[in-house]
Amino acid sequence: MADEQFALEARGITKVFGNHIALDGVNFGLRAGEVHALLGENGAGKSTLIKILTGVYQATEGQVVAEGTPITLDNPQHAQRYGIGTVYQEVNLLPNRSVAENLFLGHQPTRFGLVDRRKMERESRAVLQRYGLDLDPSSELGAHSVAVQQIVAIARAVELSGKVLILDEPTASLDRNEVERLFEIIRDLKARGLAVVFITHFLDQVFAVSDRVTILRNGKLIETRPLEGTTRTDVVRLMLGKDVAFSGATGVEDERAVGEVLLDFRDYGKKRSIHPFNLTIHKGEVVGVAGLLGSGRTEMARIMFGADAADEGSVVFRGKPIKINRPTDAIAHGFGFLPEDRKVEGIFGDLSVRENIVIALQGKLGWFSALNRDEQLEIAGRFGESMDIRAASLDMPIKLLSGGNQQKVILSRWLATDPTFLILDEPTRGIDVGAHAEIVRTINRLRDEGLALVVISSELDEVVAYSTRIVVMRDREMVAELTGENINPGVIVQAIANHREGPPA
Amino acid sequence: MMRRALSRLANPQLLALAGVLLINWILFPNFFRITWQDGRLFGSLIDVLNRGAPVAILAIGMAGVIATKGVDLSVGAIMAVAGAVAATLVVAGYPAPVAVLAALAVGLLCGLWNGFLVAVLDIQPIIATLVLMVAGRGIAQLITEGFIITFNDPVLVFIGTGSFLGFPMAAVIALVLMVLVTLLVRRTAIGLFIEAVGVNRAAASLAGIRSRMLLFLVYGLSGLCAAVAGIIVAGDIRGADANNAGLWLELDAILAVVIGGTSLLGGRFSVPLAVVGALIIQAMNTGILVSGFPPEFNLIVKAALILLVLIIQSPLATRIVPVRVAAPEARK
Repeated sequence: MADEQFALEARGITKVFGNHIALDGVNFGLRAGEVHALLGENGAGKSTLIKILTGVYQATEGQVVAEGTPITLDNPQHAQRYGIGTVYQEVNLLPNRSVAENLFLGHQPTRFGLVDRRKMERESRAVLQRYGLDLDPSSELGAHSVAVQQIVAIARAVELSGKVLILDEPTASLDRNEVERLFEIIRDLKARGLAVVFITHFLDQVFAVSDRVTILRNGKLIETRPLEGTTRTDVVRLMLGKDVAFSGATGVEDERAVGEVLLDFRDYGKKRSIHPFNLTIHKGEVVGVAGLLGSGRTEMARIMFGADAADEGSVVFRGKPIKINRPTDAIAHGFGFLPEDRKVEGIFGDLSVRENIVIALQGKLGWFSALNRDEQLEIAGRFGESMDIRAASLDMPIKLLSGGNQQKVILSRWLATDPTFLILDEPTRGIDVGAHAEIVRTINRLRDEGLALVVISSELDEVVAYSTRIVVMRDREMVAELTGENINPGVIVQAIANHREGPPA
Repeated sequence: MMRRALSRLANPQLLALAGVLLINWILFPNFFRITWQDGRLFGSLIDVLNRGAPVAILAIGMAGVIATKGVDLSVGAIMAVAGAVAATLVVAGYPAPVAVLAALAVGLLCGLWNGFLVAVLDIQPIIATLVLMVAGRGIAQLITEGFIITFNDPVLVFIGTGSFLGFPMAAVIALVLMVLVTLLVRRTAIGLFIEAVGVNRAAASLAGIRSRMLLFLVYGLSGLCAAVAGIIVAGDIRGADANNAGLWLELDAILAVVIGGTSLLGGRFSVPLAVVGALIIQAMNTGILVSGFPPEFNLIVKAALILLVLIIQSPLATRIVPVRVAAPEARK
């Protein structure tokens, strides 16, 4: 095995950012003529590994080896010279230039020093036909669908590089037919001897097109194995870090008394985002949401809060039908939402801890009933105390706080509005142990106080510990609802991994 | 209490203003001399207040706009439009209050138009306000039919050149506006919401802040301030000059806000400090004028100042001189 020649290989790659170890001695070998899936939850190190293999980052330790020769990649152009091309989720081309220009940008055929447009378009047509695209090379790229743009991006990467193709979540914005078309192209490239790295969150797609799979977790290599003889359950377990032998422990030893119905979502959904789902939420209940990244968990949370507007279904709140078209509608009914991406959607980095805490309450009060500084300090101080927010001062910018303390601030922001229903999307991701415990404690306390909560989490042990009920998401669909002794990591993994009959999506 | 007031005075903007004034004093020893004549104050310092007022007023409106991560390039053109409206109406025989109110209303309308482009159509502010920056002068020329309309209306002339308690009217208006707008944004939650939207619009939306209304407000206010400045400038020269009134002043106003500590990336803003920024610019202008340097120097010195401000705000500078922050320890 040691002297197997890989098309591209990472040997003992370690990458350190500041004092955070993003990759820890990872080995990764890519054979010519294989499709190799790279899996892992957010923060597992997938994109860091890809960026090292394509010269965007340089490894702190370890070596990149191409066809047996150690190479140094200083930048992506460099990687191209070794035959390594990448296609990202967002198409990285120029939508306002022609298809041909996009294919040949940077290496246009020239005549007398000028771009030979005719030759370029003739060659483009030939290239496009190889990918089953019959379109005018002089047409503007942006006029075509995302799927076509994606294929043009692949064609460009393959024509430029030709040995290794890295596809970073290429299917995220494609529909089923488009995905199938993309897979045909991938299989074709594989037959031509290309090595393809395939990154996705959709397990069905992994099994539909890949030969081998490598799983990363927390910057460490967990395993590389052929997909033949591997089940979905195995893969999910490896990704989530659950031992094959489950403890079987369930969180809810005693049936907790559940309060009256607070909210009822009926056939609630949004096209191209999440299939309609039914969910009844009671007071004093924590509904855990389990599922892999990209399974529709976040989309579900967003339409429940009005961050995206649902386009079908209805909501009944305390027996009355309501509309939730925007966050202000939801907030008016006492909803709160802790978003998944704290930095991008949660914190106001330059504003103080105090302002970050009072902002939602102030938003509810409106422009003219302003809380004065003393009232703000009182509120912020109260939550700073009860949530144990570690800040040198309530007037320091929140961006200087640790992730866990930032998360406690955002949770405090909603608690200050005296909510009836909280949606927490990955409340404990990427935060330190102390803050983690504090947040779990708070979830339990709020439930006992009679709040209704929906908590999305990848930490199965954690969801199991505080949920009274668990819904499982897969492929943008709610596929299972677990209660009683079924609230158990083993059952959840099974439900996440369960293969649906029919074509892969 | 005393210490807090003192530490507030020790901010970089006021220090810079003091520095500029000090240099002026060295170059021109009579700089601080103020005399009383015909019931009003005279002197270079008063001149700074008087001449700086239009830009200061623009900066009052611009501060909120920039805090939302926007910019308003149209204020110079709105000045010209407002001046043209006021002048045309008084020349046509309307009473001065009507002319002033009409000019203010037109300015507000222009601002709301910018707000519509930015908040509803989601056009980038620099482009959205460029529309009116270009069209505004055309509109002003249409109103004046291409002439410089001169007038002698005592009310308009008083607004431009009169005095109140010895201070120039323009400076008094700027001061009153500064106080009113500061109260408006700081005694209500508007200031906090503007900063929240500027720092992180996505998070603001999820926290239940309606950014659309807020954008209408800040652009409307900016248009209104520009109209005030336009009326003052028209009153000062006793005429409406569609081509030159307020020309390039939008850039001075932006500079004033940036000197006042607001980043063009939005966020924290201070109306009074933006006014101080305008005074710094004007103190430099006046200083160069009275100390006998050719006025061409003005542009170069201003450019140097812009460069200095940008360098201070650049990431490089913050890396070299790291912001001192107490280590986040347990709060007990």
